[in-house]
Amino acid sequence: MDEEKPTSLFARRLLVVTVTLTALWLILPLLVIVPISFSGENSFAFPPRTWTLQRYVDLAQPMWIGALINSLVIASLVAVGASFLGTLTSFAITRSTSRLIVIVRALVLAPQVVPIIIVGLGIYLVFLRLDLNGSYVGFVLAHTVLALPFVVIPVAATLQTFDRDLERASASLGAGPIATFIQVTFPIIRPALLSGTFLAFLSSFDELVLALFLQSPSLVTLPVLLYRRMTDTIDPTVAAVATIQLLFVTTCMIIALFLQRRKDSNDQAPAAET
Amino acid sequence: MAENPGQNAAEVRFAGVTKTFNTGLTAISKLDLDIRAGEFLTLLGPSGSGKTTALNLLAGFQAPTTGQILVDGNDISGLPPHKRNIGVVFQHYALFPHMTVRENVSYPLKQRRVGKAEMARQVDDALRMVSLQAYGDRLPRQLSGGQQQRVAVARAIVFRPRLLLMDEPLGALDRKLREAVQLELKRIHRDLGATIVFVTHDQDEALVMSDRIAIFDAGKIQQIGTAEELYDRPATQFVAQFLGESNIFTGSLRRHGDTCSIDSPDGVIRSGTVADTLAGDDAAIVVRPERCRLFERGKAPDDWNSVDAWVSDIVYLGALRKVLLTLASGETAVVICQPDVEIPAGPEVTLGFPVSAARTVTAQWN
Repeated sequence: MDEEKPTSLFARRLLVVTVTLTALWLILPLLVIVPISFSGENSFAFPPRTWTLQRYVDLAQPMWIGALINSLVIASLVAVGASFLGTLTSFAITRSTSRLIVIVRALVLAPQVVPIIIVGLGIYLVFLRLDLNGSYVGFVLAHTVLALPFVVIPVAATLQTFDRDLERASASLGAGPIATFIQVTFPIIRPALLSGTFLAFLSSFDELVLALFLQSPSLVTLPVLLYRRMTDTIDPTVAAVATIQLLFVTTCMIIALFLQRRKDSNDQAPAAET
Repeated sequence: MAENPGQNAAEVRFAGVTKTFNTGLTAISKLDLDIRAGEFLTLLGPSGSGKTTALNLLAGFQAPTTGQILVDGNDISGLPPHKRNIGVVFQHYALFPHMTVRENVSYPLKQRRVGKAEMARQVDDALRMVSLQAYGDRLPRQLSGGQQQRVAVARAIVFRPRLLLMDEPLGALDRKLREAVQLELKRIHRDLGATIVFVTHDQDEALVMSDRIAIFDAGKIQQIGTAEELYDRPATQFVAQFLGESNIFTGSLRRHGDTCSIDSPDGVIRSGTVADTLAGDDAAIVVRPERCRLFERGKAPDDWNSVDAWVSDIVYLGALRKVLLTLASGETAVVICQPDVEIPAGPEVTLGFPVSAARTVTAQWN
């Protein structure tokens, strides 16, 4: 890479410009919401002319707190359920010798390709019969189906490259199947499982389409409430919620990246010769 | 071997073991094999010959389709691998990547609930045995391939198994390192006294390390014996060709009491032996290249076998020279000679070898 041709300098500058523009294109609309959340006007006018913290004070209303708690509870249960089921499914997909397993894989990953509105409608109609609309159970079941691929994709990928000799070695050294899973297999799939669980949590936390079908006056999640306050009343409190969410997700991402980098630098520690 | 083999070593018997996979492939068919307590037995054969399957059956990773495997007289077929107390060293090390060297080596002791102090002592011993005391806190990926393999050995011997299995453990190492680890494994075998079953496809490795070698082909043992027995007295053409180099003459057999000869396309070849197991009239006579000599055309001693040959190439191997020959039939032959032996001016020469060096073997090997 030392002998770069002069043209590659131009190419590299072009790359920098393109990447920067793309990043701004993606990020600016998100950032616009931040100043609006401090706007003194009762609208989404940008840029704001007066400033206030009133939006954040308004968040203390039971309506917002309730929706937030609903979303957190549902997303947490979904994260737990999806990581558990997703891990089992990943083992089945990667280790079963049955030919039918192809079908299981397709079914599990289907929510990623089937239009969400169709999934929503289907679940809504089934839940009408089962009387699950507007219930925690209904939300958790529906969101778990959607969240499963977020766990299955990384965990199955890790298992695919997993050296089965590690499990054989563990057995030969005296560890039974359960001890082997706890001490060897699980620690190795843990990073993939954690990132999958995190994504499963987020996928439920900001899921809107299914939630619109499943909501009831007594059970409203945060995205549903945000959507309603925007479409029904143009409530700038939404901007405050959005700002907080943005802050929260960014923090999580930065922590995740930081952890990842520390792990990578460990991985690259030099091998020593005798 | 240890002073008193048997005490630290297990005795193994395969009795009529067959392994057929779901795909219909028979990896091993009706295998009978006795492994003596304390011996270093190598299973040698080309890939797909069933040697690794034999090892997996013994370790319990696969179950035999029929037959029994006995360790010290007890049928272990029903025991899962974690209850067999057999050490296994894998080709690609199979070290736990998230554990340090010490944690890897203490793993089998932890499963056996050995006390802390005792565990530390035994781990130290095992690491000292493979000269890796200073590396206890490293992660496997921070070690070289040879070091990783030594950790794998330490982990497999730390719980003092009486039977140790190794599946091509040196396959991933470069040549120089491999020779060093071979000697180290021999020393460990001596110190430990355990029975070792070693799988390889590398004949040199088998010759260096083993007390006995079992040669596998097509799911069967072709021959078992010491390196010397196999090299000097191969029973089949396959063994003769697989272990070391051979010149082979095939044709129909004529028995003359205790001796025999065959009519090969290159003339009559006499042999001092008749293989007892020989069935039918198809036979082969093999002779090792270092037992052959080259003469000027027609000048071989009368009581030797002699064959017309043409020199096609001479290869210098440093300590030895290898002469490549073409015979009248179009077959090729090889002569290996010391550098001080004069090679007659070619290309027309006579390949000669004593009748006593010519060995009769079964021609077909399946």
